[in-house]
Amino acid sequence: MISRRSIWSEGKLIPVLSIIGFIVIIWYGFSIVLNAPWEYDKAKRSSITLSNVELISNTWSQKRPKLPAPHQITNEIWDTTVNKKVTSKRSLVYHGLITFYETIYGFIFGTCLGILLAIGIVYNRATAMSVMPWIITSQTIPILAIAPMIVVALGSAGFNGLMPIAIISMYLSFFPVVVGMVKGLKSPDQLEIDQMKTWSASKFQVLHKLRAPRSMPFFFTSLKLGMAASLVGAIVGELPSGGGGGLGFRMLSGSTFGNTLHIWSGLISAAVLAGTLIAIIGGIQKVVLKRMSLEM
Amino acid sequence: MIYFWAAIIFWILAWIVNVWISRQKENRFFNIAPPVLFGMSILFIWESCVVTFNVSPVILPPPSAIYMKFMSSIPILWEDFVQTAIKGALSGYIIGCVAAFIVSLIADRFNFLERGLLPIGNFLAAMPIIGIAPILVMWYGYGWQSKAAVVAVMVFFPILVNTVQGLKMSDKIHRDLMQTYNASYFQTMIKLRLSTAMPFIFNGLKICTTLALIGAIVAEFFGSPIRGMGFRISTEAPRFALDMVWAEITVAAMAGSLFYGGVVLLEKWTTFWHPSQRGKI
Repeated sequence: MISRRSIWSEGKLIPVLSIIGFIVIIWYGFSIVLNAPWEYDKAKRSSITLSNVELISNTWSQKRPKLPAPHQITNEIWDTTVNKKVTSKRSLVYHGLITFYETIYGFIFGTCLGILLAIGIVYNRATAMSVMPWIITSQTIPILAIAPMIVVALGSAGFNGLMPIAIISMYLSFFPVVVGMVKGLKSPDQLEIDQMKTWSASKFQVLHKLRAPRSMPFFFTSLKLGMAASLVGAIVGELPSGGGGGLGFRMLSGSTFGNTLHIWSGLISAAVLAGTLIAIIGGIQKVVLKRMSLEM
Repeated sequence: MIYFWAAIIFWILAWIVNVWISRQKENRFFNIAPPVLFGMSILFIWESCVVTFNVSPVILPPPSAIYMKFMSSIPILWEDFVQTAIKGALSGYIIGCVAAFIVSLIADRFNFLERGLLPIGNFLAAMPIIGIAPILVMWYGYGWQSKAAVVAVMVFFPILVNTVQGLKMSDKIHRDLMQTYNASYFQTMIKLRLSTAMPFIFNGLKICTTLALIGAIVAEFFGSPIRGMGFRISTEAPRFALDMVWAEITVAAMAGSLFYGGVVLLEKWTTFWHPSQRGKI
C-alpha cells in the first residue's frame, strides 16, 4: 500500500497535476485581465455599468477574446471535431489529417535519408570528413524560416500538395536521425568488431548482425526527436500554401481574421498530435527493446 | 554542356582528393580541406546545372546571381539583420535563457516543483511551440518586441530541461565534501553544482541558437514593420525575386553559424576543464 507521505514525496502524477491546475487558474485570471478592457469599452458605449460577476462571465465568453479561457478552447475543439463532418473544411479533424500525412511522409523520407547518411558516414571516412561538417552547418541555417519560399518555388515547378511540405519536414527530421544513428552504429566496441572479423563476417554482416541491433536504443530516441521536428516543419510549411489546409493553415487564417479560438484550437491539436505520435514511437520502442532484451 | 561536365569532373577530382586526405594522418589543414572541397563542388554543380539546363531563376537562381544580389543590397540586408537577429532573436534569447535559468534554480531547490515541471517541460520542449507566434504577435504588436517574446518562449523549455538535468550531475560524494567544508547553499551552488552543470547548460544554449533565429524569422511572417529577414522573405518570394530571398538565406545562415560559433567559443572559454573540451584548441 502506498502511504500518504510517499505520494507527496515521490512520483510525478501529483506534482504534474498540481502545476497544471495552477497554470489553468493563472490562465483564467489572465483571460479576465486581458479581455476586460474590451468589455469595459463595450459597456461604456452602451452606457451600462457591469457588476464584477457579469464582467468576469463576459470575459470568459467573448467571441474573439484576446486570451480565450480554457473551457472556450475545449468547447471549440469539441465543436470542430465531433459536431462537424470530417470532410468539411471547418473540421479540425480534416486539417489535422492533412498535417498528419505531411508529417508522416516527411518523417519517413527523413528517417531513410538519415539512416543512409549515417551508414555512409560510419563506413567511409571520406564521407564522414567531407559531409559531416555540412550536415551540422545545415542545421544552423534556419530552414524553417525559408520553408515558405521552398513551398512557393516547388509549387511553381509543378510540385503541389503534400510533397513540398513533406520535403521541409524531411530536411528537419533527418538531422536527429543522422546524429543518433552515427552514435548508435559506432557504439559496438573494437573488441566486438574484431570478434566479427575472426568469424570472417563481411562488412554487410557486421552491419546487419552487430551494428544495426546495437544502434536500436539510439534509433528510437532519434525517431522521437525527428517526429517532433517533422511536425514543426509541416506546420510552418503550411503557412504560405494558401488554400491547402492543415493545422498551420488554420492558425494562419485564424491570425489574419483575428479569430483567436481557431489559433488556440489549432495549437492545442498540434500539441496533441505531436504527443500521440511520440507516444506511439515510445510504445514500439518498449516492445522492440524488450524483445531484443535491450531494455533501457 | 561543357560547364556541366567541368563541374562533374571537378566533383570527382575533389572526391578523390578527399579520399586521399582521409587516409592521411590527421592535422589541421586536412580537417578543414574536405568540407571546403565538398562545399565548393556542390556550388559548382549547382551553378552549372542552372546554366546548362536553363533552370528558370524563379525556381533556383545560380550562386553567382545570389552573390551579385548580396553584394548590391548589403545596406538592406544589414538593416534586416539588425531588426531580426539582434533586436528580435538575441534579446529574446537572453530573456528566455535568463528566465529559464532562474526557474530551473527554483525548481532544483524545491523537489516537488522539479518533479512537476520536468515532465511538463520535456513535453513542451517537443511541442510545435512556434505556433504561439500568431498569438504573441497579436498581443505585443508588429514590432521586434513580439519576436523577442516568441523567441523567449521557444528557448525557455530546452534550457530549463538541460539546466535542471545538469544541476543533478554533481556526485553525492562531492556534495558531501562541500558539506564537510561547511559550505552554504550558495557556495555549493556556485563552486560545485553550477560548474558541473555547465556542459549541460551549454548544450541547451547551443540547441537554442538556431531555435532563436527560426522563431524570430517565422514570427515576422505573422506581421512585422517593413524590415526584417522574415518580412523580406515573405514579400520577395511571392514576387519571385528569389535571388533576394537566397541572399537573405545566406545572411540567416551566416548569422546562425556566427551565433552558434559564439556560444561554442564561450563554452570553450568557460568549461576548458571538461573532458569533452580538453585537447582541442
